[in-house]
Amino acid sequence: MAASVKLHLQFGGGAELLFDKIKKREIELPALKKYFPDCQHDKWNIRDLLVWIKDNLLRERPELFLQGDSVRPGILVLINDADWELYGELDYELQDNDTIMFISTLHGG
Amino acid sequence: MPVPCRTGCGKNAMLKRPKTGDALCKDCFFWAFETEIHFTITKAELFKSGDSVAVAASGGKDSTVLAHVLKTLNQRFNYGLNLMLLSIDEGITGYRDDSLETVKQNRDDYEMPLKILSYKELYGWTMDEIVAQIGRKNNCTFCGVFRRQALDRGAAMLGVKCIATGHNADDIAETVLMNVLRGDIARLKRCTAITTGSEGTIPRVKPLKYTYEKEIVMYAHYKKLVYFSTECVFAPNAYRGHARALLKDMEKIRASCIMDIIYSGETMAVKEEVTLPSQRTCIRCNFVSSQEVCKACVLLEGLNKGLPKLGIGKSSKAKKMLEEYNAQQTNYKESLQAAAKELDDVQSKKELCLSDSKNCKSGLCKGKTKLNRNSSINSNDYTNSSNAKECCSNCSGSCERIKVNADVNNTKVNTLLEKYVINETNIAKVNGEGTLCNPSNSDDNLNNSDDEEHTHAEYIDTHIEQEDETCSASCGKLGSLNIGF
Repeated sequence: MAASVKLHLQFGGGAELLFDKIKKREIELPALKKYFPDCQHDKWNIRDLLVWIKDNLLRERPELFLQGDSVRPGILVLINDADWELYGELDYELQDNDTIMFISTLHGG
Repeated sequence: MPVPCRTGCGKNAMLKRPKTGDALCKDCFFWAFETEIHFTITKAELFKSGDSVAVAASGGKDSTVLAHVLKTLNQRFNYGLNLMLLSIDEGITGYRDDSLETVKQNRDDYEMPLKILSYKELYGWTMDEIVAQIGRKNNCTFCGVFRRQALDRGAAMLGVKCIATGHNADDIAETVLMNVLRGDIARLKRCTAITTGSEGTIPRVKPLKYTYEKEIVMYAHYKKLVYFSTECVFAPNAYRGHARALLKDMEKIRASCIMDIIYSGETMAVKEEVTLPSQRTCIRCNFVSSQEVCKACVLLEGLNKGLPKLGIGKSSKAKKMLEEYNAQQTNYKESLQAAAKELDDVQSKKELCLSDSKNCKSGLCKGKTKLNRNSSINSNDYTNSSNAKECCSNCSGSCERIKVNADVNNTKVNTLLEKYVINETNIAKVNGEGTLCNPSNSDDNLNNSDDEEHTHAEYIDTHIEQEDETCSASCGKLGSLNIGF
């Protein structure tokens, strides 16, 4: 049984506006099976994290952040400062102490 | 597991470029990003050595990155440019005041002079004040039109050769899409040009034309550039929002679609038989315009005359509104005088009104008047109360309603007049129904509208056109359906 995972979450480029304007958060995810009892895999991935964020952090207008089971197109995701497209996107398995950053490209010009 | 940088530099890749699909490390990304912009600039010959260039700076990601990259390239490749920042303060509390702080930060970081021009000083109105007048529905029209001209004026003050704007590839693809969706062929033809501006204007250039938004944001992030990312506090442009969402969805499926849409826009040819509005200069302010009076002047005039909706929609509509307003203004003074006079001796002069009605039948309704439709209702409504009772037989309905009490005092008349001058659309509607005619002082008005026409020479054409319809509309005899309200 996988243990809990500590993460650094960061929001920028306007994405922080959906999260009480807080740019940096330290979170601790519970054991995956505790949070999703029916889950088929063992480790937290980004897809699971987005659901957790929706349940726990995102209070209003989730459609400005999420679309389907992913982020809304136009929101960049960085895993330890690198483009998530290099790391399997939604399927990336989260490691303890990872920094996950969400940057909106949709705000202002 | 880390992916190595595609260039073989030995470092781990940090991002996947949307344009090429290449995985690059930070340094190779910076090099690719800056070099591509350099190629864009040199290939299109955007600048000449010794030029002064104003960077249109909003404090947002695009203009911040543009300023940073231009400064970098100017040094690296010896462009010999004199770069400066130009910002427009629209006067939007909670938005622009904050983003201007970011621009000031840019000024200090990049050591460029900064010029800030405000709507207030240029036009006498802040966006906050405009929104208070017009509401939140069409305010983006004002802001966009005014900003365009404000940048031109600012650039002229700075004496620069050109203005560099931060439009990126996503913006341009989005604009192509919008112009296709709206069938706006003139803009579709122009919107992909890297340099815009006709003779006599300061050209605009878009060095980031082929640069993806994602890369701009990643560049700003990795370079730790400070930028401002709050949405404007007023309603966003919903239609553009949809185009943007569509584009982002498609980009997700196939990232090259952005370049492909731009390519389509660039190479699309407009059939020769399609007539496009020719560019000319505004006869009032001399800035470029597709009409004889530019949109900014029309909007501004609307604001100053209390007709804020003027200029929202087609220009022909604006002309009509303005024309009516002008005639109304003339008539307003007339009416005031007439009202005052009338009220003094209304009791004793009923005969006068009788002759007035005759005047109407014989003179006006035969279709020879130059009177604006509105002038008739004004005078009819509030100056010649008894006149209304005697109104010619072919006037129905509303003449009956209009029985202004003769006891009414001057102040009340004034208030009503003021109210109706502002409330121009209602008047136009009533008039369009063709129920009213018979102004008392038609001769005076006639002369006066003539004067008005001379002072507003630019509207002469439509004045004349309209005059044919005027009386027919007010008397309901002829084809009032032709009138486009």
